[in-house]
Amino acid sequence: MGVVPALPVAVPLLLAAALVGLSPLIGRRQADTLALAGAVAVTALCAALLVDTAGGPVVYWFGGWTPRDGIALGVAFTVDPVGAGLATLAGVLATAALVYSWRIFEAVGTLYHALMLVFLAAIVGFCLSGDLFNMFVFYELLSVAAYALAGWRTEDPGSLRGALNFAMTNSVGGFLVLAGIALLYGRTGALNLAQLGQSLAGRPADRLVVVAFLLLMVGFFVKAAVVPFHFWLADAYALAPIPVGVLFAGVVSELGLYAFARVYWTVFSGPLPGGGSLRAVLLLGAVATALVGGVMCVLQRHLARMLAYATVSHVGLTLAGIALLRPDGLGGAVLYLVADGLVKGALFVSIGLVQHHLHEVDELALRGRGRHLPWTAALVVAGALGLAGVPPFGTFRGKALMEEAATAAGYPWLAVVFVAVAALTSAALLRAAGRVFFGAGGGTARPPPDDVPHPRVHPTLVGPAVVLLAAALAVGLEPGLVGRVEVAVERFTDQSGYAATVLQGTTGPDVAATPGGHPPSSLVLPAALAALSALLGLALALGALLPGRLPAGGLTWALRRAWDPTAAVLRALHSGNIGDSVTWLVVGMAGFGTLLALMVR
Amino acid sequence: MSLLPYLVAAWLFLVGLYGIVTSRNLVHAITCLSVVQSSTYILLLAVGFERGGTAPIFLDVPVGTKAVDPVVGALTLTDIVVGATVSALLLALAVQVYKHHGTLDPERFRGEQD
Repeated sequence: MGVVPALPVAVPLLLAAALVGLSPLIGRRQADTLALAGAVAVTALCAALLVDTAGGPVVYWFGGWTPRDGIALGVAFTVDPVGAGLATLAGVLATAALVYSWRIFEAVGTLYHALMLVFLAAIVGFCLSGDLFNMFVFYELLSVAAYALAGWRTEDPGSLRGALNFAMTNSVGGFLVLAGIALLYGRTGALNLAQLGQSLAGRPADRLVVVAFLLLMVGFFVKAAVVPFHFWLADAYALAPIPVGVLFAGVVSELGLYAFARVYWTVFSGPLPGGGSLRAVLLLGAVATALVGGVMCVLQRHLARMLAYATVSHVGLTLAGIALLRPDGLGGAVLYLVADGLVKGALFVSIGLVQHHLHEVDELALRGRGRHLPWTAALVVAGALGLAGVPPFGTFRGKALMEEAATAAGYPWLAVVFVAVAALTSAALLRAAGRVFFGAGGGTARPPPDDVPHPRVHPTLVGPAVVLLAAALAVGLEPGLVGRVEVAVERFTDQSGYAATVLQGTTGPDVAATPGGHPPSSLVLPAALAALSALLGLALALGALLPGRLPAGGLTWALRRAWDPTAAVLRALHSGNIGDSVTWLVVGMAGFGTLLALMVR
Repeated sequence: MSLLPYLVAAWLFLVGLYGIVTSRNLVHAITCLSVVQSSTYILLLAVGFERGGTAPIFLDVPVGTKAVDPVVGALTLTDIVVGATVSALLLALAVQVYKHHGTLDPERFRGEQD
């Protein structure tokens, strides 16, 4: 079709400006309609771009400043299926969020709508940009919009605190990215990703390249909330308004991972080939993130906070797929990321439904009060199964691909981490569902305030969750998807092919599409592992709800002895202080830096 | 090329971070963030500096005149705009904190913790 790649960024930005300008003239309904139309338009444009890029990346030079003699002069959008897919995901989630906020979100004027559109435009620009400095600008733009949205409920001290911590830590992360860009520019004189990759390829990494890599990696990991850069996340995500949380948990953290993968493969894969030691460093971060997030998720009783830590833990899982530094691992990570984003978006909406009906999001205080909400219960349970990666959810296919890649790369034990983490996050949600909707387990059981009328369930409230879950199922069921993802990641990881497409305008080597995906490997083992995760999750949830029924054997005792001190230490570490969060950023950067220095020595 | 600007950039980055980590006042912390950001301005300008170069305006100078890199100038300007936005937004949040909770000490206002 040939959509101009600048449109999905320009349309929401112009609409946002119009909304702010027109705010004295238009009412709430018109603002809702305009914002929703903008989000739908962005989704449609990004989906069209996704179709356009099936044959290879689409390069768009702003102002027609095409490269001369293979040297990039202008600024480019380089759109490939991975970037366009992520942008489409953002569009879908933003549409769902705006449909949800249609009825209940109390916004004064049009600022909320304008901010959401700017946020969306920046996310899309970040995904489509082929220029490192422009990635930084969009990173900052999306961050600023996110800070404002996270601190929206200014009457809640927790929300303001979360927004401030979010803003401080992520700004430092942004400056790290910028410092990395400055070093790379000093070395190569280039800002275009393809040009940078071409200049650095063919020489082994020296100290400057490694330092630049470290700065960019840590900067993007702050956004992705990789341990130990994740301390800002819980307050910011959990205490933001629900529609904002849908976007935060669904796509924003994943953008950090996307940026890392993009920059690694287009710029650094030449001087820093994916050898065993770089893999080991990244896997260390991934596994730590997955486990810390999983354990913290189980420890929460605030439902939205639970989802925030589930986000951390699943960022770890996705990073594990990327950290294998192989196309098949990346392919699994991409599929997982999209499906997982949809599931978490749906879960955030479901938590919003609980809050809307019961005016409370504390698991213990809600015990049994959700008995009359069968639809919400079904949504939460389905979402928990989606988090566990049960087929036919798309998370299952992504995880199966990642497990296969891990085995092929010589890390078969990663499958154990995947099972454990999926079990932990789904256990937390199943436990909450059991307590809130079925009245199981203990709880402070605050009596339901009788004077609060139970609002009627409305399609604009339930609809977004149902549609997002259905989309996550569609990702798992669409037969041709795995094959297309494999072609896309083959191109994504081909540094010289990418450079040739951008700088020479050639279409690059033709990647043979295997119809229906890779040679059909057995799905029996992944399915068994997924079933095991779900069963373990259910067992953990039941164990937590019915502690009296636990067999009083040595195993239970040993588990408790190991669990309680770990939980206490983790709780104490997650203080939510700005200073702590920035300290951990410095410590984490020093740690990663030491490991990288040992690696290239 | 002198090493000095790079050392200054590293110093500003670290001293700003130290300020943020130890701060007990939000306005102070936000100012420290600006200090961290200033280090990126210096780093960018140092990368594109050319000793003895003129300003990069090529209207009436002979071809081949040494000039500083205009690209880093543009990057720094963009960075300053970003910095202004971030500071303004953070200060607005600090104002809200003070209005609603009567303090600027990040330790003295907290939400419900679990």
